[in-house]
Amino acid sequence: MNKYDLIVIGGGPAGMAAAIAAKKAGIDDLVILERDSVLGGILNQCIHNGFGLHTFKEELTGPEYAEKYADMVRQEGIPFELDTMVLSVEKIQDSELKAVTVISSKLGVATLTAKAVVLAMGCRERPRGALNIPGTRPQGVYTAGTAQKLVNLEGAHIGKEVVILGSGDIGLIMARRMTLEGAHVAAVAELMPYSSGLKRNIVQCLDDYDIPLLLSHTVVDIKGNEKLEGVYIAQVDDNRAPIESTKKYYPCDTLLLSCGLIPENELTGGAGISIDPRTNGALVNESLETDMPGVFSCGNVLHVHDLVDFVSEESARAGEAAAKYIRHGLGEGGKSIELKTGNGVRYTVPCRINTANAPDLTHIRFRVTDVYKNVSIIVKSGDTELIRKKSQILVPSEMVDVILKKDKLSSASDTIEVFIEEVAE
Amino acid sequence: MYDVAIIGAGAVGCAAAMELSKYELSVCVIEKNSDVCEGTTKANSAIAHAGFDAKPGTLKAKLNVRGSKLMGELAEKLDFAYKQNGAMVLCFDENDISGLEELKKRAELNGVQGVSIITGDKARELEPSLTDSVCAALLAETSAIICPFEMTLAFAENACENGVVFRLSSRVEGISKSDKGFVIKTSTGEVTASIVINAAGLYADEIHSMVSSTPLGITARRGEYLLMDKAAGGAVSRTIFQLPTKMGKGVLVTPTVHGNLLVGPTADNIEDKDDVSTTSKGLGDVKAKASLSVKNIPFGKVITSFSGNRAVGDTGDFIIQQSDVKGFIDAAGIESPGLTSAPAIGEYLCEIVSGITELKPKNNYKDTRKGIVHFNSLSYSERNELIKKNAAYGKIVCRCETVTEGEILDAINRPLGATTLDGVKRRTRAGMGRCQAGFCSPVTMKLLAEKLGIKVEQVRKNGVYDTDRGHCDE
Amino acid sequence: MIKELTCICCPMGCALKAEVDTQGNVISVTGNTCIRGENYAKSELTAPVRTVTTTMISKSGTPIPVKTKDPIPKEKIFEVVKAIKSISPGLPVRMGDVMIADVCSTGVDIVAARTIK
Repeated sequence: MNKYDLIVIGGGPAGMAAAIAAKKAGIDDLVILERDSVLGGILNQCIHNGFGLHTFKEELTGPEYAEKYADMVRQEGIPFELDTMVLSVEKIQDSELKAVTVISSKLGVATLTAKAVVLAMGCRERPRGALNIPGTRPQGVYTAGTAQKLVNLEGAHIGKEVVILGSGDIGLIMARRMTLEGAHVAAVAELMPYSSGLKRNIVQCLDDYDIPLLLSHTVVDIKGNEKLEGVYIAQVDDNRAPIESTKKYYPCDTLLLSCGLIPENELTGGAGISIDPRTNGALVNESLETDMPGVFSCGNVLHVHDLVDFVSEESARAGEAAAKYIRHGLGEGGKSIELKTGNGVRYTVPCRINTANAPDLTHIRFRVTDVYKNVSIIVKSGDTELIRKKSQILVPSEMVDVILKKDKLSSASDTIEVFIEEVAE
Repeated sequence: MYDVAIIGAGAVGCAAAMELSKYELSVCVIEKNSDVCEGTTKANSAIAHAGFDAKPGTLKAKLNVRGSKLMGELAEKLDFAYKQNGAMVLCFDENDISGLEELKKRAELNGVQGVSIITGDKARELEPSLTDSVCAALLAETSAIICPFEMTLAFAENACENGVVFRLSSRVEGISKSDKGFVIKTSTGEVTASIVINAAGLYADEIHSMVSSTPLGITARRGEYLLMDKAAGGAVSRTIFQLPTKMGKGVLVTPTVHGNLLVGPTADNIEDKDDVSTTSKGLGDVKAKASLSVKNIPFGKVITSFSGNRAVGDTGDFIIQQSDVKGFIDAAGIESPGLTSAPAIGEYLCEIVSGITELKPKNNYKDTRKGIVHFNSLSYSERNELIKKNAAYGKIVCRCETVTEGEILDAINRPLGATTLDGVKRRTRAGMGRCQAGFCSPVTMKLLAEKLGIKVEQVRKNGVYDTDRGHCDE
Repeated sequence: MIKELTCICCPMGCALKAEVDTQGNVISVTGNTCIRGENYAKSELTAPVRTVTTTMISKSGTPIPVKTKDPIPKEKIFEVVKAIKSISPGLPVRMGDVMIADVCSTGVDIVAARTIK
């Protein structure tokens, strides 16, 4: 029972979508390993709506989106192990198989083997320590997601007077959530001159409740020895350095941090798979395959997404690619094209395309480094423009997706550059 | 009526309790916080110093060297983390090498073995990430790293098992002396004792002045630290000090016994003894100074920063003596190397007590203690055994440090068990990893709430519960 | 009267200005870069609606995520949340179960957003 064709690590939206797609592509001998006691991952605590418009053509809450996928997993008869934590992934020497060592109350410490593995572990929040905010370390400082879990899944009332640092979507959503739970949110401070959250969330989570969004502001000091008593917020200059004279005290019992997400790639790194320092996710090719053959990565563990619908779509592609790998291997002998980033493009997924395996449509996903208005997204190889796409607005908080048709690849050299062309006014 | 009351459950108070529990005495430890190890003991460099730094002839020198010698065996018997990793004191200027020689001389006079002076190149050969500006170094083989939480908990639990009563969440509000002994008024009621040991750390001066009219001054000296991810723990294998110069004392770079990298501390005298905040200036200084010693410290991998306040006495040495009031013993001004010295201070306090009352060894004294299992460090077959016996060891709660529900339940349910998130963290490391309790704290809070019979939101990170009536663990 | 609002139809976040007559009718919209902005301003200024999501606490204390099945008038958000918090149903519940019918006379039901056994 310890041998599988495919092991999917993670039973959140990415893992479920990958497993369902693989199963539909004919892989019956597979298992999902989930560390929590239910399927669904982080969606279970995201009780707000806004999910599923692309996938289900209706607006769902996180738990609904998760439950629909979990129902599909059950309908497809895909086995899953809950409360099961993966300790390591390794390639077995002189073999194409991978060893996945797990721990659970049911299995103890056990080593499973698989022909292919899909990494779908999701991401975690950047904690206070990594933000280097000076001050004391009292009770009442939470990452926004931890607070979300306490409020939505444990029914805890964590505070009455709230300040939020970081205008990521979880922070904005929690501003509204805390307000509806009877708390007062004094302010959301954002270090950057623009919000990292969706416009809709700024209007419906902040403006609706008269919660001020302080752009170019940050928390510079935390007060209170045992319990949080307040924070100092200051404006920052163009170099993001706090301006002392603008320091203002906000009494509060709760500080929520929504300052970025980090893909959880401890297993990936442990397996010796190369990590892209720009995304903190694995370096993958057109098949979302890492540099360990037969190991695929998708969803937020690969790069942090803005919408779960895109996680599902991407993960289904990873599941299909894994199925292809298991059935007859990925093609060899094609041309390998490297994707390079140019002006305004922070990274690309994938970062390499093998023409032998490229699907009819290759999605190239990336984030921009700044806010751009009325620009063109250019995908170019040598002097040949493969894609030119006009865009009225590009923002760092939204993932960009451009689609490269397979026939275009024949005219590409061994590198492709993706960049933003700013048009002179 | 106790024979001895110890005020303060830090490293010194708990070491004294453990030593005294070897004898036919009734002993009570009074602590204002809800847990042991909540003051100076919880935030320091976590080093068992070799003993080359202290001025020969001082109590600091004597107790440091004795403590350093005791530590390894104690760690084994009482099951706490200890690793003799060695240390280096770096010198950056040829003109300062005399400083290294002075330290070497002190080491000899203090009776410290395994100390030598090496060249900069030799130092870089041993620690390849040292900077090129290191021109010479003192090498001390007996320096070690320890876990101060585990050490103090081990002392406390051993004392507890041998009959010492811990009265936690009890703030001392006044002490009076009558013919029968001392009456200690606390926030949770009176405690009477024939002998009082003042191990109140930063507040030893206040406790002292409740009884004595002679002056005793304690200044709080704050030290700020940065702790880095285990991925950075291999930057150095030894504890790397800097030779104090007229430019200042310097900072250390050291692996921790659990494999993280620690840099710090600053040294600033502060007014508010409870002020354990960090500052951007302090942490900036730490980074700048540490970078003199070690190349390319991955400051991007900082997982937390913290500061601790050291209790600096006004004599330059530890103040450990019976005061002018008979039966009232001070153990004050225990700054560095206090952590290392703690077991020796325990012994020394026992000697002082023996001068006041006769000490009869207990027949049934138990000199070992079993700590909470560190699941993460077990072999796979050992882990399987454990999971078969108790399924809670198959449930990972803290992903970053691979801490199981079994360990957390043990931390909560054992004698002197944890009642706060920080208490669980110090005992099990749950929440000490790179996500800093983001994922595990809701689960740990739930387990604590169940045990304490309170709501999840009432679970405290640290400090004293409002309803706490000074729970006694006997 | 001129009313200002931010368009949420895309990340552009156009700053819209709408001229509103005394009956509350939108006469004109400026500041938008596409037709969606105009439509958004009209609906947002005449009858703003929101989907409300929150938790209902079951008898046993387990939070049940719930939502308004359709958007409700914006000004009724707090009233609706209060109504949701005032009851504590038993378990199990199934996703889609009507927890409160016609909440606060809005004509909209409160439904469970997750199956909890």
